[in-house]
Amino acid sequence: MKKLIWFSVALLGAFALAGIAYHRGETSINAMWIIVAAACIHALGYRFYSAWILAKVLTADALRATPAFRLNNGRDFVPTHKWIVFGHHFAAIAGPGPLVGPTLAAQFGYLPGLIWILVGSVLGGCVQDMIIMFISTRRNGRSLGKMARDELGPIGGYAALIGTIAIMIILIAVLGLVVVNAMKNSPWATSTVFATIPIAVLIGLYLRNIRPGRVIEGSLIGLALLLFAVVGGSWISESPTLANLFDWDGISLAWFVIGYGFIAAILPVWLLLAPRDYLSTFLKLGTVGLLAIAVVIMSPEIKMPAFTQFVDGSGPVFGGKIFPFVFITIACGAVSGFHALVSSGTTPKLIGKETDVRLIGYGCMMLESFVAIMALIAATLLDPGVYFAINSPGGIVGATAEVAVQTISSWGFPVTAEYMHDLARTMGESTLFARTGGAPSLAVGMASIFSSAFGQGMLAMWYHFAIMFEAVFILTTLDAGTRVGRFMMQDLLGHVWKPLGETSSYPSTILASALIVSGWGYFLYIGVIDPNGGVNILWPLFGISNQMLAAIALSVATGVLVKQGKLKYAWVTSVPLAWLAIVTTTASWEKLFSPDVRIGFISGANDLAARLAAGTLSEAQAAVAPELIFNQRLDAVITVFFASVLWIVIFDMLRVCSRVLRELPVLPSSEAPYVPNTPGVTV
Amino acid sequence: MRHNYSRGGANVSKLFAQWWRVLRTLAGDDAYERYCAHLRSHHGRETPLSRRAFYLRAQQEKWNGVKRCC
Repeated sequence: MKKLIWFSVALLGAFALAGIAYHRGETSINAMWIIVAAACIHALGYRFYSAWILAKVLTADALRATPAFRLNNGRDFVPTHKWIVFGHHFAAIAGPGPLVGPTLAAQFGYLPGLIWILVGSVLGGCVQDMIIMFISTRRNGRSLGKMARDELGPIGGYAALIGTIAIMIILIAVLGLVVVNAMKNSPWATSTVFATIPIAVLIGLYLRNIRPGRVIEGSLIGLALLLFAVVGGSWISESPTLANLFDWDGISLAWFVIGYGFIAAILPVWLLLAPRDYLSTFLKLGTVGLLAIAVVIMSPEIKMPAFTQFVDGSGPVFGGKIFPFVFITIACGAVSGFHALVSSGTTPKLIGKETDVRLIGYGCMMLESFVAIMALIAATLLDPGVYFAINSPGGIVGATAEVAVQTISSWGFPVTAEYMHDLARTMGESTLFARTGGAPSLAVGMASIFSSAFGQGMLAMWYHFAIMFEAVFILTTLDAGTRVGRFMMQDLLGHVWKPLGETSSYPSTILASALIVSGWGYFLYIGVIDPNGGVNILWPLFGISNQMLAAIALSVATGVLVKQGKLKYAWVTSVPLAWLAIVTTTASWEKLFSPDVRIGFISGANDLAARLAAGTLSEAQAAVAPELIFNQRLDAVITVFFASVLWIVIFDMLRVCSRVLRELPVLPSSEAPYVPNTPGVTV
Repeated sequence: MRHNYSRGGANVSKLFAQWWRVLRTLAGDDAYERYCAHLRSHHGRETPLSRRAFYLRAQQEKWNGVKRCC
């Protein structure tokens, strides 16, 4: 009977995929095909592949006591029911990444992103999360960096540490850019996002002083206030004087975000970060759930073609061919190296049974991948002309509405200036042109689904609700990331001069925070002044760094498997590793040496320098050119750095594996010794 | 601490109580009660922190590592 059910799931999945393939020639396809195909592939991956990995590759032992039991201290080591850990882990891994990446990658059409999200998660991302979580559980919840040092050696360890700081800086810069672009010259969005700060502080005070630790109450009050802030934003945007007060340009907003990040990193956590995180978690789970329901109710038509002509690398959203750039653009949702940092360390200390890593590791990533599918649907249900008008920077399609619609229509995606103007007005905005970064187009997509599922006429409210939702998310990542970066920086500085490593010392805290904030603040600022839209530069850089981190994690996992004598199963982690190495290296190579000025950093810098010298730039362009030229050269150096770290870790892993195979001594396994479960004790 | 998530007993209020408990655990609302219970069962005579001091310590400990992804 069970076999029959799984056979039907496989059949249904195959049917849905065939349906998608068959539909390709026609103009539109229903989103339900995509949802059914995704659900079936995920279900099969979970039922068969993850079970096989758990039993054969990891040989997980449900009777072996986990660190949560052995080291139970009622604080960080606490045996917890698997569904509760699932909730915590999902809240930790799900960030804005899977919403932004698929939106940007939609410029290639819906099919490339869809296939990569499904294949990448089932064979790559879910596997990485689950295996890293398992080997960390066997090692008392050690972090990825510590495991790299213990299992591979100091080189792997340092690479993981430096790689983490680097990815953090690029990540925060690009997320900051996404919020800035969503708020730029939009009094409604800006005032709503600003209001989230005092709301978070208020809830922080409530949770500390009025009703300590009553998170549910505090969060519900906060959510009500956030919804009020969305409504209040509309009043502000309607009043000319108030609207003027919140009408900020990109550069002022960038400075605001930089200042905010610095203050957030040095304030006590209970005041801003913790309450903001509670609000963002509730909002995230609620909105993603609502989106899933709305998509199923509405089953909208996908208007984007399966493939667009931009697979050739000439896309306006970001430059680069479908290979390797679709695999770099969608990291979160398919394979995200960042997850390895959460899957090691925090979550393993809560796991009550080794076999739970299947649900928590593999399952959570599957759900995240589903969020990415939702984002893909929300982006591709827009008219392609509208999608490109929102996501293309002025430097590519033309700075005025008339020129932009002409360029976009000439690509075969008809759109008119009047239509865009009306759409912007319905959404309560003055313009939607060149709102790059993915958040606004996702918000337009979400607003159209929500309003058609839950009542028309609220488009502008839903749009700003979606913007607020994304901003709350992003600012949480920004706060938390800056803070972690600060601790890592203090750790590093402590090696230089001991007092600088004191996390409780004020001068050291301020110095380290300033260093981290100026790191990402620099990239954010350059991204804002870049007329080609900084997303074109920053998002691929972020993708490369995230895949580099995934490669480090998969190298550690492969090394551990080989050291345990499981060479015949090492392909489970080494095949995704090899794919990521190919993709990341090709992308890095193209970002460095491509003669296309929108892809290659070096040719981009040289081209701009030549035009500056020849005097063909306008005055405004010439003013920022030196900074942009320097930035492109710096980006080239960073790309070389990421690619080097990637290959250093891979070679280090291969060195360890080859020593194992030649039966030479290697570092001993750092696995904690076997202790059986106390009979009768479960969570 | 043993949770009973079985769906036995069609009693609505019982079901609601169960969901409420799961929600409280998920959100961390019951962290203080679990901490006190842990202290009682493992370290008999130690005096527990106040609810507020416990909350502040938990936040401090929570946010000193990578806790949120991209």
